[in-house]
Amino acid sequence: MLTKRIIPCLDILNGRVVKGKKFRQLRDVGNPVELAARYSDEGADELVILDISASLEGRKPFVDVVMAVARKIAIPLTVGGGIRTLDDILTLLRCGADKVSLNTILTRDPSLLTRAAEIVGNQALVAAIDAKRSDGSWIVRVKSGTEETRHDAIRWAQTVVENGAGELLVTSIDKDGMKEGYDLELLSTLHRTVKVPVIASGGAGTKEHILDALRIGKADAVLAASLFHYNELSIAHLKHYLQEEGVPIRL
Amino acid sequence: MIGVVDYDAGNIASVSNALSAIGAEYCVSSGVDLLAQCDGIILPGVGAAPGAMTSLRQRGLIPFLRSVNKPLLGICLGMQLLFESSEEGETLCLAVLPGTIKRLSDRAEKIPHMGWNMVTFTAMNPLIEGIDQSAYFYFAHSFVATVNGTTLGTAECGEVFTAALAYKNYFGVQFHPEKSGKNGLTILKNFETQCRSYRP
Repeated sequence: MLTKRIIPCLDILNGRVVKGKKFRQLRDVGNPVELAARYSDEGADELVILDISASLEGRKPFVDVVMAVARKIAIPLTVGGGIRTLDDILTLLRCGADKVSLNTILTRDPSLLTRAAEIVGNQALVAAIDAKRSDGSWIVRVKSGTEETRHDAIRWAQTVVENGAGELLVTSIDKDGMKEGYDLELLSTLHRTVKVPVIASGGAGTKEHILDALRIGKADAVLAASLFHYNELSIAHLKHYLQEEGVPIRL
Repeated sequence: MIGVVDYDAGNIASVSNALSAIGAEYCVSSGVDLLAQCDGIILPGVGAAPGAMTSLRQRGLIPFLRSVNKPLLGICLGMQLLFESSEEGETLCLAVLPGTIKRLSDRAEKIPHMGWNMVTFTAMNPLIEGIDQSAYFYFAHSFVATVNGTTLGTAECGEVFTAALAYKNYFGVQFHPEKSGKNGLTILKNFETQCRSYRP
């Protein structure tokens, strides 16, 4: 049986891991290579690293971080932030990334997914959707959450999957960093709408929140950052808890 | 020395990193002359079958891969290419093995099949020495090989499919050993051992 995945996320700014609230108030957390190695050893199922400066300040190569992290871990690595072209995608995969996460660029050019899928396959293409609640639905935001688009998040999810995304990384901007739990309604709506796996992001504060995202939100994987960074919850402890609750987990 | 076939099919870096991690000697090349001198070949692969076959053809690698007389390990798409054809883009493949690669059944809850799944090994082979009879490996794919006479182990995602196979000097894994933690590295180590001891 396919297991649910626990995915720590490292937000990278100027070569360091940082963490913010609602995409703001950034704090330094540590060295990306050390944290990646620790999470890999503790049983993380995958790792995501995001260059969070990229869309705001222009493309900043964090390729060195990608290469250093990829050399340290033997679990899948997803890389995102500031990816604009097919060349960017191929470069990052050549540097050791297994998947790339695309966000802002897709609102301008969703067909990038189609062109990339022909070469690297759908399974290497993650569409990141940053969604904010608005009058009973969710609106897509881009550029690290600073810019609102006209896209309804659920319809947008269908669009990116039709174009070739093999997975969705869905972040609730309202919940991000708040430690009040994931946006379960957003997750379960997406689960009913698309056939590709959904990674839940934004809002984990306790292990129960993660259980809810998997069980109620029907997410295939959960992404969390500060929960793991500050040792509030170890990955091993979380995975044992989820297994006891009957969730299929790799131990 | 293991030769990793470079044909713009994605995860060369991940395979290289994993081979470094187990201390294996390897080179990355698309040249038949260099690959022919290696003790074994890894055909990696992420991507789509049509582009991958075109890329192999352009590099003149198809006759070499079909007739190689030393251990060859196909990973993910690299394993699928060993079969006659693939439903992915209606592609003719290397035809080392009979049969067609099919799209995962709609019974699969999610496609692509992405994540860590249990592989149940059903045959003995040096490739899987030291691995528990049921063990987790990392998968990321939408197409599968059905269970056949070469199957060493199976996994389930809406249907039971071939997760690992062996045929003469050819080995194949649908999962990514380079991304499957300790179990995956054990498989790569076993393959390296095969390469060093293989006598055609």
